[in-house]
Amino acid sequence: MKRKSTILINAKKSVALLAILFVGFAFANNKEDAKEGDLKTEIKEYIAHHLLDSYDFSLFSYTNAQGEHVYIGAPLPIILWDNGLKLFSSSKFHHGETVAAVDGNHYALYHNKIYKTDAAGTINYDESHHPTNVKPLDFSITKSVVSMMLVFAIMFFLFKSLAASYAKNGGIAAGAGRFFEPIVLYIRDDIALPNIGEKKHKKYMSFLLTIFFFIWFLNILGLTPLGVNVTGNIAVTFGLALLTFLITNLTGTKDYWLHIFDPLGSTMAWYAKVPLYIILIPIEVLGIFIKPFSLLIRLYANMQAGHIVLMSLIGLMFIFKSWLGSPLSFGLAFAISLIEVLVALLQAYIFTMLSALYFGFAAVEHEHH
Amino acid sequence: MEKLLEEFSLGLFFWQTLLFVGLLFLLAKYAWKPILSAVEERENTIKDSLEAAEKAKADMEAVQADNKRILKEARAERDALLAEAKKTSTQIVNDAKEAAQTEADKIAAAAQAAIQQEKNAAINDLKAQVAGLSVDIAQKVLQGELADQKKQEQLVEKLVKDIEIK
Repeated sequence: MKRKSTILINAKKSVALLAILFVGFAFANNKEDAKEGDLKTEIKEYIAHHLLDSYDFSLFSYTNAQGEHVYIGAPLPIILWDNGLKLFSSSKFHHGETVAAVDGNHYALYHNKIYKTDAAGTINYDESHHPTNVKPLDFSITKSVVSMMLVFAIMFFLFKSLAASYAKNGGIAAGAGRFFEPIVLYIRDDIALPNIGEKKHKKYMSFLLTIFFFIWFLNILGLTPLGVNVTGNIAVTFGLALLTFLITNLTGTKDYWLHIFDPLGSTMAWYAKVPLYIILIPIEVLGIFIKPFSLLIRLYANMQAGHIVLMSLIGLMFIFKSWLGSPLSFGLAFAISLIEVLVALLQAYIFTMLSALYFGFAAVEHEHH
Repeated sequence: MEKLLEEFSLGLFFWQTLLFVGLLFLLAKYAWKPILSAVEERENTIKDSLEAAEKAKADMEAVQADNKRILKEARAERDALLAEAKKTSTQIVNDAKEAAQTEADKIAAAAQAAIQQEKNAAINDLKAQVAGLSVDIAQKVLQGELADQKKQEQLVEKLVKDIEIK
């Protein structure tokens, strides 16, 4: 039963993605004679499914005349560590429809996670309906990883060509670099310089530039019909925030640590500071972790929310199914996508800006009086 | 929170970190450093050029001010020279006039003296000639007159009466 709903979800996914691409034809594809209640649940499940990572890069799918599901897209490699390296194609799962048999082990997909099962693909649950099957260590090249590789390639060639264009063009950017150079300069002049300062900003520039464009490009990629949700994934935002955390604390100066462990300095006698510090120091120490944590949650929640709102509005088209409601929700979805384009840039900016701010705290050097 | 932890994928985290850090180092080496240094170099060039232009402008202004000052000085000098020349010329003319006057006076005085001398000489000469003539005439008259004694005496008497020394 569960498997069947996954199939339906995939069918719906294709419909919704097609809707983004060819809104006019969307109605023709929506031939499922599902009841309205089912439709709502399916849309909800489909959105939940979309927000998660995926083991294959499917663009869309449809149900053919024989009632078979046809997927358009590419399977991706699955890399597992389960008493040895297991490498196989995600096509073995048939989009979650079958159990993959590899070297005598069987693996099944459940809620977009790989579990080790028996040959029949049985999933055992505990009381709170969590699977109790073993989860092998999963280093698969998922859809998100592919998207990041794509952004990796785009960024590398884009900025390498920008760097090369200076030499060829007498110190002036050429081509697409003309658009990106002002952004690079903006990050230097309005993010790095005011927050970190003239003396130390160069050390952090590479990270700030890379993280800004990485987040921005991934956010924009998430708005394309490819339908990836990389920056709305907690593992990705965690990874990014972790780097900000590490750089902040590893480059922290003596003054930075003094500010945390002796925030009042010599303004007070030591015996007066002791009772204050019982409260102050834990707060300051907690702050070290809360700052990057807020970064990871902010980016995750904003991108997640954007995708949910956008897809819900697209889903509304199939609920209304009327000449008035559907165009209306399309218009709304269109407006929200425009806002999402802005949010994509804004979130990249905020992440970079706050990272620079934290680096500024870490790089601080007071005049000692 | 539980949902978040369940969503967390170690594999994705691993790949994300690997890709991002890789990208960070690659871009730092092949893109950001060259881009930022090129931009900085360009900015410095612009700044230097602007400074040079500003300096050139200041220099130009200084040169112009100098020119103006020199011109003004030259004019003043010319005026001074002209005034001096005028003064000198007047002086020379005056001096010349004075000298001429003196010379003329001197010449006139000399001429007068010469004239006086000539006159005196002429008078003396005339006196001598008149005296000679008188003697001659007197001789001749006397020779005629003094044929007889009586007449001679009458004549002498008369002559002596007539002679009036001037």
